[in-house]
Amino acid sequence: MAVMNNIVLKRVAQCFLLSMLLVTAFSVSARGVYQTNEAFLAETFDGEVPKSKVIWIKGELRKTIADILGHRYSGLRIRYWDNGQRSAWILNEIGKEQPITFGIVIEADKIKHVKVLAFRESRGWEIRHPAFTQQFKDATLIDKSLDRHIDGVSGATLSVWAMTAVTRLALYLDTLIT
Amino acid sequence: MKFKRTLIAASLMAAGTVATAAPTNEELWKMMQEMQQQMKDVQTQNQQLKAENANLKNKVEETEQAVEAVAEASEQSSGPLFSGKNTTIGGYGELHFNNLEDKNGDSDKDQLDFHRFVLFFGHEFTDDLRFFSELELEHSLSGDGKPGEVELEQAYIEYDFNDQHRVKGGVFLLPVGILNETHEPNTFYGTERNPVEKNIIPTTWWEGGVAFSGQLPQGFSYDVALHSGLDVSKEGTKTTFKIRDGGQKVAEAQANDLAYTGRLKWTGIPGVELAATVQHQGDITQGNVAESGEATLFETHAVIERGPFGLRALYAQWDLDGDAPKMAGYDEQTGWYVEPSFRINQYFGLFARYSEWDNQAGDSSIESEFEQIDVGVNWWPHKNVVVKADYQFQDAESDSASELEGFNLGIGYEF
Repeated sequence: MAVMNNIVLKRVAQCFLLSMLLVTAFSVSARGVYQTNEAFLAETFDGEVPKSKVIWIKGELRKTIADILGHRYSGLRIRYWDNGQRSAWILNEIGKEQPITFGIVIEADKIKHVKVLAFRESRGWEIRHPAFTQQFKDATLIDKSLDRHIDGVSGATLSVWAMTAVTRLALYLDTLIT
Repeated sequence: MKFKRTLIAASLMAAGTVATAAPTNEELWKMMQEMQQQMKDVQTQNQQLKAENANLKNKVEETEQAVEAVAEASEQSSGPLFSGKNTTIGGYGELHFNNLEDKNGDSDKDQLDFHRFVLFFGHEFTDDLRFFSELELEHSLSGDGKPGEVELEQAYIEYDFNDQHRVKGGVFLLPVGILNETHEPNTFYGTERNPVEKNIIPTTWWEGGVAFSGQLPQGFSYDVALHSGLDVSKEGTKTTFKIRDGGQKVAEAQANDLAYTGRLKWTGIPGVELAATVQHQGDITQGNVAESGEATLFETHAVIERGPFGLRALYAQWDLDGDAPKMAGYDEQTGWYVEPSFRINQYFGLFARYSEWDNQAGDSSIESEFEQIDVGVNWWPHKNVVVKADYQFQDAESDSASELEGFNLGIGYEF
């Protein structure tokens, strides 16, 4: 038994060493934030960020938003940036337990791109990779749904649902401001 | 003014030529004074209106600012989307109805059972440090002589080293199989969990220990855990060596011989997950039975969901060292299954599954193999709620083992 335990201890030490190596090799930015809102807007509008405007959520609009998101929206208004050519939206939506921050850019009624600006859950991180977000490029809205099926991430369907819901919402709100 | 005066004077003169006497100078002066007063009044009114207008403008601006402040305050304070809420509650549950006939004997299963009622509690201490727990009640009633159990399936503290890597310590689900970590009822097909993962892995399998996990480049991720082990000697007086009987559930678990688990997963393409897990136990009976010892599990699986088509495939194999397990063929326990599915739309999905498993595969002369075919449908009225109906055909190699055939219905939820 003592020999067994020594082997086990050795394995623990090896695990620890491996983890420390990985941690130092791959250490990056602040926890969970991949791009700040400001950086996202600057990138979207080539440095000339228009003044933000708001849509107040009143009456019928509140119900429509709830239908799209699958739950009540708790805010009073939604902020957006629009320079006449394209609009940008920064929306938060809960994955499983934590909010995910999405940045969405719409041009000519189509999704130009979607970015995960901040991700705080321990599963579903795959949704921020280009292989995944590319599925949303040029997506349009048909009767408040996306014009295409989005392949998910096994074990993280809620993160994928959040991204799809938020994209639909942005496309819908974009029709209101033009 | 001049024009007016001229006009009045002219008309007065014209009137005067007709009959009445022309207004005197005094009367004219009086009229002019009255007009001047009227003008002054108009001017005063004008000033007042200007002042009121300015006042109103100020008020509108103040109101706008107040509304802005209220909206901001509302956005920052409560609301589930923002950081005020550090403690989360969640859960899932499933009610099952089984109508299964034992074709080989009397062990029919006609049962209505709230199979699981689970509550999650989580708390964020800081952005990097959190607690998560899962408490479960099985079969509604627990206690002596009752069919159910209350179990602490998870309770761990997790710390993020950085964006990609984290560690957790406590009781957690082992990173093995498809269902072990994700088994909320609305996430899989079939009322009951599939028999291969149940009997071979054995799902749901949790242990106490420490686990490192994180993301690697190119869509890979890893999990490495050191934890308490199985003890298959626990079943009454006779050691069965059946893997499913070995879970100690971290209830004053014997920790003579620890175990470690490593998994490598690949999720580089949307809709695809490939994974392989290796698990090693120092002594599968925790020193209680001589002539038994090391055990190794190898498991690999694929989960594919592309468009409406889905496929799950899994293979798992245990190798138990020692003469004691070998005597009854328990030195090898294996199982595998394939499950194609078709998601008709957001509400309905169909599936079929073929499973094979054998807990005494080490001895081919022992008739211990099982085969099962399941077909069924899931209905999701909401993404978090599911109603399931499926039919199963079971085939046992041995004529004395139970062969359960029939249908199962289930209702499940997650929040």
